[in-house]
Amino acid sequence: MTVADFTFYVFAVVVVAAGLFTVVSRNPVHSVLWLILAFLSSAGLFVLLGAEFVAMLLIIVYVGAVAVLFLFVVMMLDVDFAELKGEMAKYMPLALLIGVVLLMELGLVFGTWTFAENADGLRAAVTPEPAAVHNTRALGQLIYDDYIILFQLAGLILLVAMIGAIVLTLRHRTWIKRQDILAQMYRDPAKAMEVRDVKPGQGL
Amino acid sequence: MADFFSTGLGIAIIILAQCLLMAIFLLLAAYFFLYADRKVWAAVQMRRGPNVVGVFGLLQSAADMLKLVVKEVVIPAGADRTVFLIAPLVAFALPMAAWAVIPFNETWVLADINVAILYVFAISSLEVYGVIMGGWASNSKYPFLGSLRSAAQMISYEVSIGFIIIGVIISTGSLNFGEIVAAQDGSYGLFSWYWLPHLPMVFLFFVSGLAETNRPPFDLPEAESELVAGYQVEYSSTPFLLFMAGEYFAMFLICALTTLLFFGGWLSPIPGLPDGALWFIAKLSFFFLIFAMVKAITPRYRYDQLMRLGWKVFLPLSLAWVVIVSFFAHFELFGGAYARWAVGG
Repeated sequence: MTVADFTFYVFAVVVVAAGLFTVVSRNPVHSVLWLILAFLSSAGLFVLLGAEFVAMLLIIVYVGAVAVLFLFVVMMLDVDFAELKGEMAKYMPLALLIGVVLLMELGLVFGTWTFAENADGLRAAVTPEPAAVHNTRALGQLIYDDYIILFQLAGLILLVAMIGAIVLTLRHRTWIKRQDILAQMYRDPAKAMEVRDVKPGQGL
Repeated sequence: MADFFSTGLGIAIIILAQCLLMAIFLLLAAYFFLYADRKVWAAVQMRRGPNVVGVFGLLQSAADMLKLVVKEVVIPAGADRTVFLIAPLVAFALPMAAWAVIPFNETWVLADINVAILYVFAISSLEVYGVIMGGWASNSKYPFLGSLRSAAQMISYEVSIGFIIIGVIISTGSLNFGEIVAAQDGSYGLFSWYWLPHLPMVFLFFVSGLAETNRPPFDLPEAESELVAGYQVEYSSTPFLLFMAGEYFAMFLICALTTLLFFGGWLSPIPGLPDGALWFIAKLSFFFLIFAMVKAITPRYRYDQLMRLGWKVFLPLSLAWVVIVSFFAHFELFGGAYARWAVGG
């Protein structure tokens, strides 16, 4: 077993174990922390594949931003564990049924899966040789040169979703007093205050 | 002996030794910069600063460290023990891990990886976990408020840091620190560096760096006047020491990044003089001095002002800058100052 093999098994075991603990952990905050460990280990697996750019993006986007927001929300939730457990017992048979059906379907698919003869060739045709081009450059080439329109359309769809979410939740409350930073900055100090000469013992 | 160092075990030992050397460098730097930080702070406020322990108070940091280590570790009864103790480890280890890819000169670097700058960015985006976990695990109100503030603050400023870095990457055409510094090597000495073409972004980067490392004037997570000490309230002894050391490592990291991205890393400012690691350390120390000065002379921001600055000022500015730099780079304007990959410099 080489060092790379050993590292792969370490990361793989950690991903699976962390995923398991994400599900079974009783405290939701611990669940998110296990999820973060799973993300980090899968980033390690990407590095082993030679896809270091994807690995770093996984950490920056998922661990650095998405999981922080998860944690942010989960920490502020007041979750009643006893009630949750009662709910879980109620839905257990249905969940098990769906799980078994899903597992059987996956089994059917993978059992009869055959690769087309030219599949490898087709896949290799669109991607450059891994050794020839650095993978950041290769990804940039694919996303921004070859498939620019598809990429922009996907971005547009996300933008529409984001605007939709903002429109749904935005309430412009006109009766609230707001700060106008510019007005504050351009205020004339001479008009804002006056200096009074206070006589001792008399006051104003 | 030479044979041994080319075997698997030998290479592992060499890597371990290099990591140890880097750790020692960082700890020594933390020791002296902590002292320098307090001295500068004192000088601005016309005090003497630490001057009792050792000559000129040089042993003050050692005395403080010893004091913190031998104190009792107090863990609050309602705290989540595991997370409570993991948090300072995370806060200490992550900024240290980021130093693995920081080069001191062309060859002095632990790991010369292709995506070095993304690695540093990824690690610094993880640093927020030390603060969040510490604040949550303390199971107390002030730490929790501090950690919520820091979560929002660090994420906000990371976005503008990311955009500023993209501008530099566009100008260089590489994510590797060695190549970024090499691209700044020109015949005009310090005027070939990126600070001149990327001038407005240097300030934005530095200010975002202050916010990212929770330094004054953006030390809202630990604002002692309102939150006592934020996420650090319940921490004592060695865990507190780890938090503090981690904060200093993160600060060095921002100083090192400013040096590498905008001020030519190890390149000498005057064309005739030789380049070298000493230049790098000198520039790093200079930016640390500015960090210390900012701490001493600026009042703390209010939280809503901080958020406004991050999202409504820095984000649009840095985003616009990315577009402007792409435009300059594509048409190779200004003698290719923004497209060093095209003009070879």
